[in-house]
Amino acid sequence: MNIDKNTIEKIAHLSRLYFNEADEEKMLKSLNEILEWVQMLNKIDTTNVLPLTHMSHEVNVLREDVVEEPLPHEKALFNAPRKDSNYFRVPKVIENE
Amino acid sequence: MYSSYQEIRKALQKKEVRVKEIVEYYLRKIEETKHLNAYLEVYAEEALSRADEIDKKLQAGKAGNLAGMVITHKDVICYENHRLQASSKILDGFVAQFTAPSLQRMLDADVIVIGRVNCDEFAMGGSNENSAFGVVRNNIDPTRVPGGSSGGSAVSVSADTCLISLGSDTGGSVRQPAAFTGIVGFKPTYSRISRYGLIAYASSFDTIGVLAKNVEDTALVMEYLAGKDEYDATVSQKPVPPYSQLLEIPTHQLKIGYIKEVLETEAVQKEIKEAVWRKIEQFRADGHEVIPVDFPLYEYALPTYYILTTAEASTNLSRYDGVRYGYRSPNAVDVETLYKRTRSEGFGPEVKRRIMLGTFVLSASYYDAYFTKAQKVRRIIRDEMLKLLNNLDFLITPTTPTTAFEIGKYNEENVLELYYADILTVTPSLCGLPAISIPIGLDEKNLPIGLQVTAKYFEEASLLAFAKYAMQN
Repeated sequence: MNIDKNTIEKIAHLSRLYFNEADEEKMLKSLNEILEWVQMLNKIDTTNVLPLTHMSHEVNVLREDVVEEPLPHEKALFNAPRKDSNYFRVPKVIENE
Repeated sequence: MYSSYQEIRKALQKKEVRVKEIVEYYLRKIEETKHLNAYLEVYAEEALSRADEIDKKLQAGKAGNLAGMVITHKDVICYENHRLQASSKILDGFVAQFTAPSLQRMLDADVIVIGRVNCDEFAMGGSNENSAFGVVRNNIDPTRVPGGSSGGSAVSVSADTCLISLGSDTGGSVRQPAAFTGIVGFKPTYSRISRYGLIAYASSFDTIGVLAKNVEDTALVMEYLAGKDEYDATVSQKPVPPYSQLLEIPTHQLKIGYIKEVLETEAVQKEIKEAVWRKIEQFRADGHEVIPVDFPLYEYALPTYYILTTAEASTNLSRYDGVRYGYRSPNAVDVETLYKRTRSEGFGPEVKRRIMLGTFVLSASYYDAYFTKAQKVRRIIRDEMLKLLNNLDFLITPTTPTTAFEIGKYNEENVLELYYADILTVTPSLCGLPAISIPIGLDEKNLPIGLQVTAKYFEEASLLAFAKYAMQN
C-alpha cells in the first residue's frame, strides 16, 4: 500500500511532530519504501496463529506491600525545564473566553 | 595494558600496581583516542578519587570482588547524579536521579565507572552515525563505523580505554559493534537482567548486554548484572548461576547447527563465510557434530522486528514531551506547540522515522494488518527457532553480513540497506534467546569478523563455556 501526504500529516499529528515540506517529502518516500518492504510478511500464513504479546517467562511476581519513602519532590522536579515549588510548569492550557 | 580482570586481580594482589595507576593509564588512553569520539563524558576526577578509596580498601583487605575493574556505561543506562541523554538533544541537561540496579551491584563490588559513552540516538541504529554528538569512529580503521548502537561501548573496550562496557541490545546493538571491533559482545536471555534504569527503546526486546575483551570477564560481570529486582516486574526470578565458575571446556560431543542459506548466500561477505567454515572444521576436528539446518524464516525476522520495535518505540518515546525533563523548545505558545516543537527540534531524523512508522502501524485502521500480523509472525518464528534449538546445543551464524563499513556509506536514501546490517542478529532478539558474538579472524582489509552463537533460554552458562572454547582455537 501507498500512503499519501494526508496520512503523513495525520500520523505526524498523532506523533506530536512537525515536518517542513522537504522533510515531509523525505518521510513519505522513506515510509512508503519501508511499508512496501514489510509487505513480505503477507507471504506467511498466520491463520489461527495467536499474536505473541509477552516475552517474559514470569507470571505475576507478587510481594507484600511495604511502606517506603516516595520519590521526593525535589528529585522529581530536578530535571524539569520549568517548575515552581511543587509543579511542572507548562503554557496556559485553559483558553480565555 | 591488561587483557583480563584476572590479570588485574593478580597484579593487585602482588602489589605490582595500584588501582589509581590503572585508572591513570585508561585516562591517558582516553585522551590519546579522543578523535574516535567514543566518550560523551569522562569522569576523570571522580574515577581517580574512587581509585584512591579502593586502594585503601585493598590495603585493609576490605575491597569488593571487582576492585580494579574499570568500565564505561552506554548513554542509556542510569548512573545517579550523572548526566544521561541517549545521545539525543531531547534529553539535554538530564541528570539521572537513581542508578540502574544492575550497575549498582557492580558499584557495590567496587567497580569504577570511568565515563559515559556515545551511541546511536535512543539506541536506534547499526552504525553509530545517528548520535546527536557525532559519529563514533572504529579504532581498527577510523574511516569506518564501529557498528551500533553500542558503538562507543565497543570502541571504549577495543581501544583499551577501559576493561568492560555496559551496552544495550534490542536487535543486535551489543553483538554487531562487538563484531566490528574484534571483541566479545553478549546479550543474555530476555528478562535475565533488570531493565530498570535502562532508557526504553522496545520493551519486549531490550536487554542490557556486556562488551568485553574475553568470555571470562563477560561471565564474571553477568553474575552481578543478572538477577531479580523489585523495580522490574518482568525480570526473571531464576537464581543466577556462578557463570565464571562454569566455563570448563565441554568434553562431551556437542551438536551444533548452522543455517545453510546464510553460509551460501552472496549477501554475506566471502571472507566471513570462510572464517565460519574454518570454525566448523575445527569443531568437527574436536569431535563435535556440526550439521546444516533449514531456517527459511530468517529473512522474515527483519521486517517483523521493524514493525514491532517501531511500534514499541513510538509508545515509549511519547514521554519526551518537554514537560518533566530534558529539552523544551523556546518556540512554544501553547501545550500542543510545546509538545510538537520540543519533539521536532529534539529528536533526530532516524528516531522521527521510527516514531512515525510505529505510530502508523499502531493506528486504528492499520493495527491488524501490520502490528498484529507481525506479532503473529513473531510467534511462528519463535516457535520454529525453539523447535530447531530443541535438537541442537547451539546455533551458529556469522554475526554480520559484512565487516565494518565506511562512514557515510548509508544515508537517508538507502535506509533499508543499513537495516540489513542487523539481519543475522535480530532473530535471537525476536525470540528473546541468549546470543554472543566472538571474534574469529580478520578479512583481507584486517577488519574483525564475528561469529554469533545462540543458545536455548537461560543457557547462558553453557553458551559462555562454548564461546570460551570456540575463541581458544
